[in-house]
Amino acid sequence: MDPRILQEFRAITDDRGLITSPEQLKTYECDGLTNFRVVPDAVLLPTSTEQVQAIVRVCHRAGIPFVARGSGTGLSGGALPVKSGVVISTARMNRILEVDLPNARVVVEPGVINSEVTERVAPLGFFYAPDPSSQSVCSIGGNVAENAGGAHCLKYGFTTTHVLGLEVVLPDGSLAHLGDKTLDAPGYDLTGVFVGSEGTLGIATKIILRIVKRPECIHTLLAAFGSTIEAGAAVSDIIGAGMLPAAIEMMDNLAIQAAEAAVHANYPNCGGLLLVELDGPIAEVEALMREVDAICRRCGAKEIKVAQTDAERALVWKGRKAAFAAVGRISPNYIVQDGVIPRTALPRLMNEIERLGVEAGIRVANVFHAGDGNLHPLVLYDRRIEGQEHAAEVLANRILELCIEAGGSITGEHGVGEEKKMMMSKMYAEPDLETMQRVRCAFDPKQLANPTKVFPRPRLCGEVPGKYEPHPLEVAGIAERF
Amino acid sequence: MTPLPSATGTQPGTAGVWDELRTIGSSEQWRDAGPEDTVAGMQPRMVFEPENEIELAAALRCADSGRLSVIPRGSGSKDAWGNPPVQADLILSTARLNRIIEHAWADLTVSVEAGCPFSTLQNLLAQHGQRIAVDPLWPEQATVGGILSTNDSGTLRIRYGALRDLIIGVTIALPDGTLASSGGKVVKNVAGYDLPKLVTGALGTLGVITRAVFRLHPLPHNVRSFTFVTRDAADANRLVLAAQDSKLAHTGLQVRFNSGARPEVDIRFDGTDAGLVAQTETLRKLAPPATEAQANDDVWHGRQHLFGAATPTAQDSQPAAIAKFSVLPASIASTCERLHNLAEPLNVHWSAVVQGTGLGWIRLGPANANAIQQLLQTLRSQLEAAEESFVVQYRSPGMPEIEAWGDPGDALPLMLSVKQQLDPKKTLNPGRFVGGI
Repeated sequence: MDPRILQEFRAITDDRGLITSPEQLKTYECDGLTNFRVVPDAVLLPTSTEQVQAIVRVCHRAGIPFVARGSGTGLSGGALPVKSGVVISTARMNRILEVDLPNARVVVEPGVINSEVTERVAPLGFFYAPDPSSQSVCSIGGNVAENAGGAHCLKYGFTTTHVLGLEVVLPDGSLAHLGDKTLDAPGYDLTGVFVGSEGTLGIATKIILRIVKRPECIHTLLAAFGSTIEAGAAVSDIIGAGMLPAAIEMMDNLAIQAAEAAVHANYPNCGGLLLVELDGPIAEVEALMREVDAICRRCGAKEIKVAQTDAERALVWKGRKAAFAAVGRISPNYIVQDGVIPRTALPRLMNEIERLGVEAGIRVANVFHAGDGNLHPLVLYDRRIEGQEHAAEVLANRILELCIEAGGSITGEHGVGEEKKMMMSKMYAEPDLETMQRVRCAFDPKQLANPTKVFPRPRLCGEVPGKYEPHPLEVAGIAERF
Repeated sequence: MTPLPSATGTQPGTAGVWDELRTIGSSEQWRDAGPEDTVAGMQPRMVFEPENEIELAAALRCADSGRLSVIPRGSGSKDAWGNPPVQADLILSTARLNRIIEHAWADLTVSVEAGCPFSTLQNLLAQHGQRIAVDPLWPEQATVGGILSTNDSGTLRIRYGALRDLIIGVTIALPDGTLASSGGKVVKNVAGYDLPKLVTGALGTLGVITRAVFRLHPLPHNVRSFTFVTRDAADANRLVLAAQDSKLAHTGLQVRFNSGARPEVDIRFDGTDAGLVAQTETLRKLAPPATEAQANDDVWHGRQHLFGAATPTAQDSQPAAIAKFSVLPASIASTCERLHNLAEPLNVHWSAVVQGTGLGWIRLGPANANAIQQLLQTLRSQLEAAEESFVVQYRSPGMPEIEAWGDPGDALPLMLSVKQQLDPKKTLNPGRFVGGI
């Protein structure tokens, strides 16, 4: 990198805020998805919005691509550096700026850790609802970029549900305030567009969050079934009975074994484990829990346990949240997949995944947010066995194709990033992607903010899009969009 | 046939465009626009009702290349919202795009065309004990596309969120004829940009919504409402905050104000019998000094009553206006006290329905038009100074013009840039949205 540019960067941050030594830069070469690695030219650690603006202005002037990074826990390569680019880390922007309880708002800087928000407001009876499994280390800025989910989105929604407003540094270094502490600010819902845009539209420097009152009680039920198919039937019946649990999670036998080996969560050893959490007023939850219990028994549950204390409940969740990492105990290497299907396609997909696994000689452990059809198949392999890594990748991709064929999505919460950008053309038609690219051009005409991510190929912002021609099948009324 | 008088910018030489347009669809889908088709005083020239989204996109592209302006319309129930268009040539009606494409009841989703009336949709969903958890104005007339474009939300929002939180997929037609989809039919999906949110509340200025997919919620089994007469605005605000700060799981919470009268707080629960009994007990402990009054489910239509004569079919004979404001929940009382203090010396009668979310609707008048105008302007400047917002949604005939939206803040250049990318010729609803968009 041009030493004069580095000099400029150093003047903006200070020595602590600029990393250029090769060994330190290596720390930033990847995020939670480690099979892609690019060493950035420099890493910047600004401490204020003004510093972020100044850095981005330099990048804009000199045409240097930049990638914003929170804690680097993302699983799709969203924070993977771009060649000849810089990484802008928000790690030093980690203050909770404002806590407004009567209005249930919290204003934070992007480097604040997800669970710190809940820790700060918990003594006052509130919590911050989005709870990705990495919540003890991931940052709110990263959550905003990825529209992070978690186990409780079934009832409480995603990051986008809880972000009311943003201060963002646009890719030309200018500042814009999207949304507000109040609802329905006049104009386009650019907050809604920015959340989940994976760092391609700018850098959030302040985030207005909505916090939620902690319910009167939380009850967590564990039900052991012979198979995930039986457990899946119970999920359908629970939803069909008109209930909206806070969470419904499912694990298959392989995932249970892994979680047990790692955290001894006292899970029953069974073919399909269901975890159902209800929250709300005590009388309401108790009445509904009896219904859930009856449904599970009717669907063949062999054993039902209810977490009685906060400690028991914490242990149940610890096992679930540790499941990805725990798989490392039963396999040297694994791919964490993230796909979504309409919930009713679950039994069919489970059978298909099992069949494909047997065919390829590869084990797949399944952990999923069963309530909303978000699957996390963990494809297990051993890199030392020739051809197995490739076979695992093929299988992981095939699972995504099955999700698309079932009318679902290639990602429910991990993002597209670098990993799945080629899959985007399988999920969306060219005009769909073209329209999203136009929105990108509105924010970032020079394509400097996390370029090369999300979309299968770059598009110059001056390009005039081709005229829309309806697909012949569409004209014939054979195929429908979606 | 005699061409109707037109206040549009239709220039000589556009006849060819109209001829080309009329080759799309069949002749019974086209008609001359009449007085009932005026948009905020502007007389468009033609109305087209496409049979499908491909016809809609083709007409839009043709109008765009011929420099005609296009007004997308559902039932027209909220046609008066926003600023008057600077030009209005073609009304693109979604009246025939009214199919319910798929109710995947076991997956709790529905895919529907934009022109479907909201109650038609809800009635179908109710057969499986489900609903879209939103209660918009005039559900019998209002269409899915219109409700989305105006971001109309009611009393259920405090529990279920706004339309942005319920829409999971959308297809839009862009002025260049592109039909683009985003999102899909699963609730959890982070692939690509969230265009459903971008077009929700965009007043049809970026593209025409042709279909949408929503997540559904189960219909409640038991519903119970309560009304409390409070001492004053401060007491009403206290009760709202106390309910929000409690362990109650209400699905509606609002305050109704009527000039100087004592404000009333309404709260609604649903759930099991046991749950309702317990919540009732908790609520009654929170309420005093407010006193319980006879409950009446009709209070939840309070916002629609506010529009009163200003329904799609009737007009006020006296000057009146309706505005939507957005403040923080803790500022409900101070906002309404501010309004009261401004209204009293001007002798303007006012009433308001304010949700526990801080979103409120006020009706001013009947009163002197200038007094109402002055009140609207003063209140807007006071609220905007406090970073709150104020949108004028309705003016009766006889009221002078007033900017509908107020100040969009420093994101306006970005909004203009998004508009430029998707509708560079300003074909769609020109001038009706914020900042002249």
